[in-house]
Amino acid sequence: MSIATAPEPVKESKPLLSKKDRKLVTDPLSDSNPITIQVLGICSALAVTTQLKPTLVMAISVTAVVVFSNLIVSLIRNLIPSRIRIIVQLAVVSLLVILVDEVLKAFVYDVSKQLSVFVGLIITNCIVMGRLEAFAMGNKPGASILDGLGNSAGYAWVILAVAFVRELFGSGKLFGFRIVPEAFYAPEFGYVNNGLMMIPAGALFIVATIIWIQRSLNKYTEEA
Amino acid sequence: MLNSNTYVFGFAFAVTVLVALMLSGAATVLKPFQEQNFLKEKQENILSVVGKVAPDDYKKFDQYIKSVVIDEQGNEVKNMKAFDINLAYDKKLKSKNPSHKLNYPLYIFEEGGKKTYILQMAGVGLWGPIWGYLALDEDGNTVKKAVFDHKGETPGLGAEINTDGFEGQFSNRKILDESGSFVSVQVTKEAKSDDDPHKVDAISGGTITSTGVSNMLKEDIQFYLTYINKSKKV
Repeated sequence: MSIATAPEPVKESKPLLSKKDRKLVTDPLSDSNPITIQVLGICSALAVTTQLKPTLVMAISVTAVVVFSNLIVSLIRNLIPSRIRIIVQLAVVSLLVILVDEVLKAFVYDVSKQLSVFVGLIITNCIVMGRLEAFAMGNKPGASILDGLGNSAGYAWVILAVAFVRELFGSGKLFGFRIVPEAFYAPEFGYVNNGLMMIPAGALFIVATIIWIQRSLNKYTEEA
Repeated sequence: MLNSNTYVFGFAFAVTVLVALMLSGAATVLKPFQEQNFLKEKQENILSVVGKVAPDDYKKFDQYIKSVVIDEQGNEVKNMKAFDINLAYDKKLKSKNPSHKLNYPLYIFEEGGKKTYILQMAGVGLWGPIWGYLALDEDGNTVKKAVFDHKGETPGLGAEINTDGFEGQFSNRKILDESGSFVSVQVTKEAKSDDDPHKVDAISGGTITSTGVSNMLKEDIQFYLTYINKSKKV
């Protein structure tokens, strides 16, 4: 799949990545992170993160959808009549999501089954529409790609962090490989997997912890 | 210009056509790959109820499994292939038009001189189709194992029908009562004793899916009994 790598940003008479461009990518990683600061895309952060492998596929899929929908919408932003812009954005997003779904079904069928409805639900992931409406509708294609990359990377690291904790403590594995030795489960050691990690509520605790740590590092507070 | 009605309609039309073209193009190109996956999954599902779960077993599907097609009177239909039958679709036609003739695929596994019948089932859950395979002992009564799957039931709720916890309950249940008449295995929320041979526990939060499984078992197992009883006597 070539969807994970974004096309080269096209820049005229500017250094490869100006300071402003770099900020487009780095800001969403922390200061305006879609999950921890804007609290968007929580549904999938809870649903797909019991194991790292489906989480990684989900992160790549969301990246593909965000980057390419940002690019397409930005390219046609001056042609879209403002009265129907939301439905046009939706059509672009749905197109990409269905494409991703079909590709997953053809090439990584088992993961596609694990993700089940959540691939389709990328359409409703607020991050996607949020970036289109807030950024791609008013910015050039190159910047929009960077914005898409930044935001999906911000989404990706949070869900991967959640999945790391959940798979490690919930099943003692990482990417399906056993990390906690079988011997620990013997009655004399008495180690057991944490069942809370396997249910969606477990993800809420982890997401909340990440939000807490990150907001206290960034000194971010909700505006009253 | 950008806000004239003509432009808005024209733009919407152009977007729709483009999107439709791209989607149908992608679907056509990817279909062969997807169908291979579906076929492999189906073979693996069928083999899994008789315990053939090694990663390469599906390649030897034809050696392990003899497939037949049976009709409503329990006779073998010679000129049909079991894998060509789309059971869910046929059942839908039947529900609209009662005179539609149903044919069921039956897979027979033989090991150590003992036969296992593998029945195919198709039904509806909450969001879409559900299906499953059930291994029935030669006696035509004891369930050896059952597997279920679904198109898009809610993860954590209805989707639990394809977990070992749910499927495992079916082993050693009976589909006939003491007098030999068909009672199926019921998926129920009632309190029941663990060794009740005709009942298994439903999934909490997955009521509609559980009921779907229950109905599916009842409708589809029955269909095979005529054929199985006939071959018992021979």
